[in-house]
Amino acid sequence: MLEINDLHAGIGDREILRGISLRVNAGEVHAVMGPNGSGKSTLAQVLAGNPTYEVTGGGVKYNGQDLLEMDPEVRAQNGIFLAFQYPVEIPGVSNAYFLRSAYNEIRKANGQEEVDPLEFLDLVEEKLKLVDMDESMLSRSVNQGFSGGEKKRNEIFQMAVLAPRLAILDETDSGLDIDALRIVAEGVNKLRSPENATIVVTHYQRLLNYIVPDFVHVLANGRIVKSGGKELALELEEKGYDWLQNANPVAAGAGARA
Amino acid sequence: MTTRAPGAIDVYRQDFRDQKPAPKWLQSLREHGFARFEALGFPTTKNEDWHFTSVSPIAEQSFQLASTGGQIDDRRESSRRKADVLGPLGVRPADVDRFGFGEPGWHTLVFVNGMYSPDLSTSSGAVVAGSLAHAIEAGNPIVERYLGRIANFDRHAFTALNTAFVRDGTLIEILPEAQIEQPIHLVFVSDGDCVSHPRNLIVAGRHSRASVVESYVSLRDSTYFTNAVTEIVVGEGAHLDHFKIQRESELAFHVGTVEAKQEANSQFHSFSFAVGGSLARTNIYTALDGDAATCTLNGLYLTDGSQHIDNQTSIEHIAPNCPSHEVYKGVLDGRSHGVFNGKVYVRPEAQKTDGKQSNNNLLLSPQARVDTKPQLEIFADDVKCTHGATVGRLDDVAMFYLNSRGIGSEGARTLLTYAFAADVLESIELAAVRESLEKAVLSRFSA
Repeated sequence: MLEINDLHAGIGDREILRGISLRVNAGEVHAVMGPNGSGKSTLAQVLAGNPTYEVTGGGVKYNGQDLLEMDPEVRAQNGIFLAFQYPVEIPGVSNAYFLRSAYNEIRKANGQEEVDPLEFLDLVEEKLKLVDMDESMLSRSVNQGFSGGEKKRNEIFQMAVLAPRLAILDETDSGLDIDALRIVAEGVNKLRSPENATIVVTHYQRLLNYIVPDFVHVLANGRIVKSGGKELALELEEKGYDWLQNANPVAAGAGARA
Repeated sequence: MTTRAPGAIDVYRQDFRDQKPAPKWLQSLREHGFARFEALGFPTTKNEDWHFTSVSPIAEQSFQLASTGGQIDDRRESSRRKADVLGPLGVRPADVDRFGFGEPGWHTLVFVNGMYSPDLSTSSGAVVAGSLAHAIEAGNPIVERYLGRIANFDRHAFTALNTAFVRDGTLIEILPEAQIEQPIHLVFVSDGDCVSHPRNLIVAGRHSRASVVESYVSLRDSTYFTNAVTEIVVGEGAHLDHFKIQRESELAFHVGTVEAKQEANSQFHSFSFAVGGSLARTNIYTALDGDAATCTLNGLYLTDGSQHIDNQTSIEHIAPNCPSHEVYKGVLDGRSHGVFNGKVYVRPEAQKTDGKQSNNNLLLSPQARVDTKPQLEIFADDVKCTHGATVGRLDDVAMFYLNSRGIGSEGARTLLTYAFAADVLESIELAAVRESLEKAVLSRFSA
């Protein structure tokens, strides 16, 4: 599904990703871990198409297409979803209107008919339950006045409605208490399927107790320095990141070796 | 006809002399007005009130004084107009309908180049609004009592000029305790290369309630000059909602002044929507002249191309215990220029004043410009006043957030711009006006 090949990217003159290679197949959950500043959030943003970052080398194929050639909205229309580390507040735009616009844009791009507000309401009701949110949030402005936990749940709610093929969760666990963490993780787990893939970007192993990854990759200084199974996360929890900081980069993804 | 004339004031002088005689009191008022206009001259950018707006495009042109209009005769006003009627300048009822709010039952008074056109107007129920020219002719004492007493023509050249040419416009007289259920819509349609000086007088009796909408529109792109003045008295405990909707031709010049005087416990809610004109200036002034009077002055201006839209407001706290609220928003695109200048004066007697004022601007293009100047002058010591202004661009982070959800750049831009602008429309209680303006804003920002 996703093939990252020697990806280099940064902001201005500052190179943050220094040659990342990673392969993600349908049905897999990959965890990308690493200390602050290792480039994990940059990787997530670059995959979603944030124009702040400039790709300076390498390539990314998504279902055989050149992902980097696609505008961010086209990536979304093709099934990529980024759950933001810092969800954005948009005063004056209701959650319902925002999400219905997004849903319809994606449907339109895929040659499907748009849904009207009533149909949409039916559709989102059960998704709200998934993240334990009240219907009243739909009429509130996007993320405005939301608590940290509500914002993260809103991201997973959007993901549930938009039903992406490749979901990228950027530090979705940060700032969450244990109950919110469980709700978010259950939401993600319910959406797992053999057709979909998930990349979980996280600093801590904690989230991986709830969302069990198939593969774990450790980033340091813009490179993947170690890859392994879910037990690697536990090892990191025990030893910290220091023991890997100076390790040699590796081409990662069990899929690549499979 | 417009001709370049170095002595545009001479043309105004000639037109002033050629006016048909009026009752003595009005003749005297006009003369006072013209004398002040001659003494003041057109304002220059050295004038603090006009610092960001040069009126030379208006001052350097001589416009023909509008004379084509509704017939001022004794014909009975038809309560129901005929659809096949051709009004002055070939304006048809259907032309005017598109500036309406689609609500049956409203009182609609139509003016063509400043002159009342009974054939295009409709009213139902008890008529409280009529032509000012009729009222002058009929010798209605309320006109003489208030006209020229509220709008300050001593200091304001355009108000002085309007006063010199008082002829027609609207008189709205709301009797004490009267609750006027249906809004009154005044539609000023302009065309041709003329200047018109509509003059409106609204007298809201004590404990009365009414909504008045003034629309300034054009049927096609043409260069003309509208110089309108509305004087308002909001009596004790009265409640008046006032909307000024400026959708002039993009080649037109517009100076519109609304000046209100509020008595004790009165409420005056003003909304100014300005999107038209090549050079347009709106002044909304109110004086809180009685204990616990309340005012809200809100507004939205949208500019594009090479438009210049200037908004000036003044809230004068004369009496104590008066809250005033003001929110103006602007969205500026192209090479356009917007101006906001909001003054809040708190006089020494106006203790316990509670004033809030804000102005927020969104620049959509690198060439667009806005000058914002909120001003507070406080001479009382026990008051609570805040003010602030912002100028910003569309938030890149919000844009990316929307893009990342599948909404393309065009759609995201529309959505964010609309959200910015629509926020201030939410304050409008009259649903028909709010929804109509929301639609106008949405269609303006939808590519």
